[in-house]
Amino acid sequence: MGTSMAQEVSKAQIKGLDEQVQEIKKDVLGISTELALLEEKLLYPSNTQVSVFVSFADKEGFRLDAMDVKLDGQEVVHHLYTAKELEALRNGGVQRIYTGNIRTGEHQIEVVFLGKSGLGGVYREKASHTITKGVKPKLVEVKVAGSGLGDAIEFKEW
Amino acid sequence: MKPFKLLLIPILNIGIMTFQTVDAKPATDLFFGEAIYYAHKGEYFDAISRLDTELGQYYGLDEPGLDSLHQFIDNAQFSVGDFELYYRMHQRAGRAITSVIEGNVEPAVRNKAIYRLAKILLQKNQPVNALHAIERIKGDIPDDIRDDIEYVKAVIFMVNGRPTDAINILTGLQSSSTHGGFAAYNLGIALLQLGKDDEGIIQLDKAGATSGSDEGTKAIRDKANLALGYKLLESGQPEMAKKYLDRVRLNGAFSNRALLGSGWADIALKQYDRALVPWTMLSKRNVTDRAVQEVLLGVPFAYGKLGLHGKAAILYGKALDSFDTELNKLDASIKSIHDGKFLEALAREELKLDKSWVVKLRDLPDAPETHYLMHLMASHDFQESLQNYFDLEEMRKRLLKWEVNINAYQELVNIRREYYKPLLPVIEKQFQLLDSRMRLRIEQRDNLENKLQSMLIAPRPQFLATVSERINGSRVENLEKRVKHLALTDESRQRVELLRGVLNWNILTEYHERLTQAFKRLRELDGVVADLKNTYRSFVRTRQSATQSYEGYDDVLNTLRLKVVDSQERIKTAMLRQGHMLETMAINELDTRRKRIEGDQVKARFALAESYDRAQKAQADEELLKTVEENARRAGELAKEKEKSEALKGGDINNVNDTTGKDVVK
Repeated sequence: MGTSMAQEVSKAQIKGLDEQVQEIKKDVLGISTELALLEEKLLYPSNTQVSVFVSFADKEGFRLDAMDVKLDGQEVVHHLYTAKELEALRNGGVQRIYTGNIRTGEHQIEVVFLGKSGLGGVYREKASHTITKGVKPKLVEVKVAGSGLGDAIEFKEW
Repeated sequence: MKPFKLLLIPILNIGIMTFQTVDAKPATDLFFGEAIYYAHKGEYFDAISRLDTELGQYYGLDEPGLDSLHQFIDNAQFSVGDFELYYRMHQRAGRAITSVIEGNVEPAVRNKAIYRLAKILLQKNQPVNALHAIERIKGDIPDDIRDDIEYVKAVIFMVNGRPTDAINILTGLQSSSTHGGFAAYNLGIALLQLGKDDEGIIQLDKAGATSGSDEGTKAIRDKANLALGYKLLESGQPEMAKKYLDRVRLNGAFSNRALLGSGWADIALKQYDRALVPWTMLSKRNVTDRAVQEVLLGVPFAYGKLGLHGKAAILYGKALDSFDTELNKLDASIKSIHDGKFLEALAREELKLDKSWVVKLRDLPDAPETHYLMHLMASHDFQESLQNYFDLEEMRKRLLKWEVNINAYQELVNIRREYYKPLLPVIEKQFQLLDSRMRLRIEQRDNLENKLQSMLIAPRPQFLATVSERINGSRVENLEKRVKHLALTDESRQRVELLRGVLNWNILTEYHERLTQAFKRLRELDGVVADLKNTYRSFVRTRQSATQSYEGYDDVLNTLRLKVVDSQERIKTAMLRQGHMLETMAINELDTRRKRIEGDQVKARFALAESYDRAQKAQADEELLKTVEENARRAGELAKEKEKSEALKGGDINNVNDTTGKDVVK
């Protein structure tokens, strides 16, 4: 048949297009940043914003399967973890699991997680914490430390 | 037919595209930690976007030193460059890392940055710049990357044509747990580059006998043995070459080339029957492989050398059939690429989730034969172009989503404006009234405090008289005036004075108690005023946030919308160009393979014709030989019969002999 296009793809063409793609990436990242700031201002203004973050304490052999977060008794998030997400948490990553709006004043935050120990035992841990929402955004870190000897879940306000 | 040539190319082993944090400790800044979370998930766009946002906010602070990111700022700067590198934004990553190099940072951090930069430049095929970068490393080097730096430095020296410098480094890396195997191989290649063939061969021999059962070590062993085998083949030592080629595993990535080379070594030794062993095995493998296609001609060639021309002719015929099939397959693949099926298949999401997606690609209807594209698909240029195509596709989807979001935000802003705009003037009016009353009360309170404070220095008991005391005081004052004007009796005057005395007594004697009480009440009032001020501030904030919930967004949203549309257009154009480039690369690769097969086809046709002729000639010779032998046998029998009849009859012997002789000649 011999249907060759007989076109050469030169190194210069590859480089030129690659640089063009990099420029597009830079611009799209710029839009993403602007949009993130706009969304925060528009949807989650600081005087009502509350965010919940999840991190892992340094404990080996623990596997997190699922997490529920309740705010003032209402379930606001239910998250099932993938292997990649667990790996990211184990490597020091912090997951923003929820962002929402609440009024100023006191609020109850309740966290329940399902997990497995290194030996395969399934367990469920639950903890609650009272936060006081002020004018600034309220950032709450939920540090998960595996099976419970009283320190399975720690809360930290930022 | 000629065997492959050995290329003296070092193994780079530097492009492991899995993210490793610069600092393994968990970040104690939530937003930096969030960026790391996305990076570890391989979602570099989100990682960069979030860290960029965080860094932008950090640099916009009046006192960044108080921010939780402050103590990790160098690490964050470095990480954003790192993420950009993984997102194939080499230009920006290079700039970011360069800024760290030139910044005031610890030597360990600086050296890590230079190492990263050198790797980028090496990957971007800029060996001279990579050399300039790596030579800037000095001072404290972190232990965890000491061997990595040395290894990359050696590779950079090799690609810059400085094998002597590379040899010095690679010799020191032989016992490295991470790079030992690669260093052993590259050392052999560097010695060959330098022309020290004997030492290079000894070194490759060592690399080919490295102990270890992990897949990486096995692959290096195979590669070293293969390289050594071909080097020895080139230098005319087929017996030694075969020894090394036969060491290569039969199921590894290099096995096809090893089997091919092993057969060539036998051919060089004129041991054609032995060549058939590896080549027959190879000929049963996937026919799309170049080595297999080459051996389809090799096997009949060996049979031909063994004089089995008929067998050779049959196998050349089979090779031609096989080449026909492959050419049809290639034509169909080229057509499918022209029809856009290749890009369609590449963009399928479900394939990207599977590690063996390239292999599965060919199971899709009308997709091109990916076996022919394996080599191309493994090349750096194709991978970069393919990843760019994927990234463009991902950005295209993001922009579509953002476009919808921006329109929704615009609607949200409009609804808020419609709701708040009529309400706010009424609220504002009420607020102004309350505001003036509040200001008055606060002014009164302040006056009160000033008076009380001055009474601490200059007591003014009358200021603390009660309401009844003030009324009674006025009455007494009237009475005093009347007593004075009417000239009443002493008794009446004394009674009025008594009343005045009682009033003054109470006011004066209770003064301190009353002053204390007044301060206490003032504090109580302060509590009420504080509540009032809180309510006031809360109201101001609410009014402000109500206004801010719809004001000032229109321009931002419009600008963003324009930017999104502009980026969508640019992505569309870039995707067309990138897609066309991928298609052209694939078609060129298939076309090259097509031409090679066509060349093989021509060779096979000639060889078939030659083998056929030789087989026919051999058959004719054989038949002739058989006829001669048969005739000779018959002549012998006749001679015996003649002798018998002579012996029996004793007459007409000469006549019989003549007749027999004519028959024989006939």
